[in-house]
Amino acid sequence: MAQHDDGGDNAAAGSAVVKSEPPQASRGTAVIASDAFENPGLPPHRLRVTDIDPQKDRTAERRVYTLFYLSIVGSILAVAFYVAFPIIPGDTASVRLNTLLLGLAIALGLLSLGVGAIYWSKNLMRGDELSEDRHLTRGSEETRARSIEIFKEGNQESGFGRRTLIRNSLLGALVAFPLPGIVLFRDLAPAADPVKQLEHTMWAKGMRLTHDPSGTPIKASDVTIGSVFHVIPEGLNSKADRLEEKAKAAVLLMRLKPEDLHVSSGRETWNYNGIVAYSKICTHVGCPVALYEQQTHHLLCPCHSSTFDVTNECEVIFGPAKRPLPQLPIAIDSEGYLVAQSDFHEPVGPSFWERT
Amino acid sequence: MAKNSRMTARRSRPVGRRHPLATIALIVIGLVSTGGAYALFSSTASAETTSAHTQASAEEGKKLFASNCATCHGLSAEGVNGVGPSLYGVGAASVSFQVGTGRMPLANQGPQAEQKPVQFTDAQVQSLADYVASLSPGPGIPDQKYLQGNGNAATGAELFRINCAMCHNVAGAGGALTEGKFAPALSGVLPAHVYEAMVTGPQNMPVFNDKNLTPTQKADIITYLKYLDKNPSPGGFDLGNLGPVAEGLFIWIFGLGAVVGVTIWIAAKAN
Repeated sequence: MAQHDDGGDNAAAGSAVVKSEPPQASRGTAVIASDAFENPGLPPHRLRVTDIDPQKDRTAERRVYTLFYLSIVGSILAVAFYVAFPIIPGDTASVRLNTLLLGLAIALGLLSLGVGAIYWSKNLMRGDELSEDRHLTRGSEETRARSIEIFKEGNQESGFGRRTLIRNSLLGALVAFPLPGIVLFRDLAPAADPVKQLEHTMWAKGMRLTHDPSGTPIKASDVTIGSVFHVIPEGLNSKADRLEEKAKAAVLLMRLKPEDLHVSSGRETWNYNGIVAYSKICTHVGCPVALYEQQTHHLLCPCHSSTFDVTNECEVIFGPAKRPLPQLPIAIDSEGYLVAQSDFHEPVGPSFWERT
Repeated sequence: MAKNSRMTARRSRPVGRRHPLATIALIVIGLVSTGGAYALFSSTASAETTSAHTQASAEEGKKLFASNCATCHGLSAEGVNGVGPSLYGVGAASVSFQVGTGRMPLANQGPQAEQKPVQFTDAQVQSLADYVASLSPGPGIPDQKYLQGNGNAATGAELFRINCAMCHNVAGAGGALTEGKFAPALSGVLPAHVYEAMVTGPQNMPVFNDKNLTPTQKADIITYLKYLDKNPSPGGFDLGNLGPVAEGLFIWIFGLGAVVGVTIWIAAKAN
């Protein structure tokens, strides 16, 4: 059904598109449906410079084959660079050079191939407009009747509708076969109750606060005013699932002047001489909150700029977090090391469905 | 006969002190001995006069302080309420960092003191540091052995990631803080200034005392920063090392721009 428009007979072009009548508005509706779209037909054909001027035609041809030759050069260069500039283990500069040159050469090979092909088709291939008719989605009556007939024949020959026992047992089997998958995949979830795991961390009464990552305990006297210590619980490094535990138990330790702290009732014993410990896990989506400003006492989360005020028990003063950071109650042991009084009194980190 | 005499002439070449190289050897020996003696003398001399020298330097520093710093920090560095803090106990390290990086004297009150061209010579910075250190004990100028960048870069990188990267960016490119404050980029910062910043906690940076990060660990961090300075990003153009924001913006503007441009070119009719 495709037809070429050679520049002359425009009226015929596009006229093969089936015109549909505008939908008739039912009585009583205010919609005016008389603005049916008129087929404007194809614009007049315009000859390209390459169609008119043989000189231009030759230039275009030269450009296309030059681009294809460039593509060959690029591909060969890529191989040559790969051999000539290998990646030397341990030398990052060689990685950089290797990838840069390979990328440039392969880009040259592929880009000039593509650009050449497009340029060829735009400037040198036959350039007149073409219109192709759409056909209707609905099949002919004949086809429709025949397809119904095929279904009926299939049913008759297989006995699907007649042998009900076979049919029903097949349906049953199809329902049953995904069951093992569901049961098996269900077991990929953590064996223990995830709610319990989220509610508790490693911290326990008497557990020492230690340096991240070395695990050496911290004395209260080491924490001078303005200091910030990144803390992990004692014994974390020897745990098999240390990363999971660290993701919950990471703590930030700061020392402020005791008079700067506004302590609410019930938390009077949770700090030690102005040394406070807060969970490092943001209550928004769990990023490590560790940008501590020692003059303003603001704690900033790097992900979404939630800001917590350390002087006011880490209440949220800006950003999307909804709850203050949980505080870890601390004390010192007989040797002067900082220890936890207990676990956190609430789940750390972001909200979850069953959080109470 | 003539041949014979030429032979003897060749055999009796000047040797010993008449050798032409003897003059050069003599000059070298002379230079080395006088130079060595001078070095020996001057080092013992400096060791003997250190305290006197510091004393003189502190005197000089006091004059500099009175004319450049006292407006905000008070004539005897006691601080002016609401303008400038007291400098008792900040130590020589603080002065060396703040004045040595050009942050002090402050150009104007703002969210934080910004780095600008250094206003004093090294000797004057040293004098100011000596003066402030003479007021009250505080952290001193770091030992040269921690500033050489010969520590363990891998340990330094881990410590940097845990203690510094949240503000200064894992590649030391710096980052934003609250209300116009920011953590500056660390490339090209002198090791002494990095060390002093860790010890003193300038402005809103927390203090990392020697119990938190030992001097060796600080040296490791300095080694890591030096490694970053020396080794360019293996990925090529690093776009400021800002991560997904800068990279996303770049590909959004230039990548999508190129795609749009090529699409328009493909769809446009040829002339």
